[in-house]
Amino acid sequence: MKKALSYAALTALGLFLVAPFVWMLLVSLQPNKAPIPTLDHLVPKHPAWSNYHLVLFEQPNLPVLRFFLNSVIVTFSIVLGQLFVSSLAAYGFARMNFKGRNYIFFIFLGSLMFSGPVTQLPVYLLVRSLGWLDTYAALIVPGVSSAFSVFLLRQAFSAVPNELDEAARMDGAGDFRIYSRIIMPLSGAALATSAAFCFFATWTDFFWPLLSTSSSNMRTLEVGLSVFKNSYGNTNWPLEMTATVLVMIPLLVAFLFSQRYFTKGIMIGSIK
Amino acid sequence: MKKGRLGYLFIAPATFHLVVFAIFPMLFSVYLSFFKWNLLTSERSFNGLANYAYAFRDPQFWNAMWNSTKYALLSVPLGMIVGLLVAILVNQKLRGITLFRTLFYIPAISSGVALSILWIYIYMPETGLINSVLGLLHINNKTDFLKNESLAMFALVFMSIWVGLGPRMVLFLSGLIGIPPSLYEAAELDGAGKLRSFWNVTLPMLIPTTFFVLITSTIGALQIFTPVYIMTQGGPNEKTDVVGYHIYVEAWSKFLIGIASAKSFVLLAVIVIISIIQFRVLKNQLEGYSTT
Repeated sequence: MKKALSYAALTALGLFLVAPFVWMLLVSLQPNKAPIPTLDHLVPKHPAWSNYHLVLFEQPNLPVLRFFLNSVIVTFSIVLGQLFVSSLAAYGFARMNFKGRNYIFFIFLGSLMFSGPVTQLPVYLLVRSLGWLDTYAALIVPGVSSAFSVFLLRQAFSAVPNELDEAARMDGAGDFRIYSRIIMPLSGAALATSAAFCFFATWTDFFWPLLSTSSSNMRTLEVGLSVFKNSYGNTNWPLEMTATVLVMIPLLVAFLFSQRYFTKGIMIGSIK
Repeated sequence: MKKGRLGYLFIAPATFHLVVFAIFPMLFSVYLSFFKWNLLTSERSFNGLANYAYAFRDPQFWNAMWNSTKYALLSVPLGMIVGLLVAILVNQKLRGITLFRTLFYIPAISSGVALSILWIYIYMPETGLINSVLGLLHINNKTDFLKNESLAMFALVFMSIWVGLGPRMVLFLSGLIGIPPSLYEAAELDGAGKLRSFWNVTLPMLIPTTFFVLITSTIGALQIFTPVYIMTQGGPNEKTDVVGYHIYVEAWSKFLIGIASAKSFVLLAVIVIISIIQFRVLKNQLEGYSTT
């Protein structure tokens, strides 16, 4: 009885969370320029898959494939950059001893909590004075390191037993060797978690790409979608929903592949 | 671990990046806030504290601060209660529970712009999803949620609960899983029922998690931008003009970057003060429980 109630609650909640996505998909398959149908006519008799062709290939002012390519380039550069830069710093903070270490780490943490609202404008001015506006440099460079991933990786690196590096040190290994041959390979799960967080945060970032790019060839998918919305202005619902579905697909695919790294809580029940 | 200088080499790239893209901008923002500075014409003149004085006199800024406060006061507690309840629901050994947990997380990994567009349609007056479902139940409702002055804010709050449910569920879930079963057994021996052990074991043990969720949710809520930008542009009648959007307009539509900087420092100050208060309150709670 309790079990049945739980399943009922879970299903209701699942519907509440997923129904909007299903509805989005169904609206995207309505004929181009059709009004949103009532619920009983929601499932189209002749799904208009041509909407997808139209959005992907026939929008000269809205190069969706280019948006996608930009998102891929920017996101992968930032994920790789963060993995490298942040893991180096995390190793320094977790496994090495130097003067002022804890103070510097504290500044990293502080910036994480409090720099958000006040840094956008000056970073924009900085990027503008470097002549980077509307280039990949503007989209990528401000993101290649993050205090959050330094924090996350430091926790993981601290958990690796010290005996391992001591043994390596006996064999004459230096810190860089220990970092690359012992700590990094042993921290695969933490690196994957950090990469997953970074991937989703960067791919769905809206504010910074909106500010730092202006030509449609430099827009990311996220900003491109908002431009798409502005140029259709609630006039062509099926096409707008098609664009929205297209933006969602890569995210869903990435989530399915990365969810076990993305959140421990989701999987923990199945490990137990 | 011996002390040495090599450590600096390891943290150098990240620290350099932090200085250039976080610390220097923060300091530069202080400098900006003392100037009358137009982004387009690059005209600038020293203005002393006039930008701050202006911010405190500006009724639109107060309106935006009030809207953000309202948004945070509604969305944070509601979002946390829903997150905790869902965490309790999915913290059961049931077949397929991982599938449900994964499903509940999907809105949180979605694109903010895509979700905002989707929710515009959900809130549409005639054929929107909400009014269509109400229509199925023979409730004839044609409310235009996002254009209604008294409902627009609630519409944003409702959406934020839907979006934020997954992460809050996961955080509370890991808190719940961390509670040692022996505590429940002890409570049962003392004759505590389900409800009593929830009040006396579960909730106190969740204080550290609650603390983390509360602070991060509050900071997030005070800075909400994308849904407002896409869905309401601060309307109707500035009822959803939250402070993040207000500052955006000052900087990027009116190009008043001195004033925008001053206002963002006021926002930052509010965020810091609220975080400190929340930290104090919950720390006392925590100590209260650990001594008893």
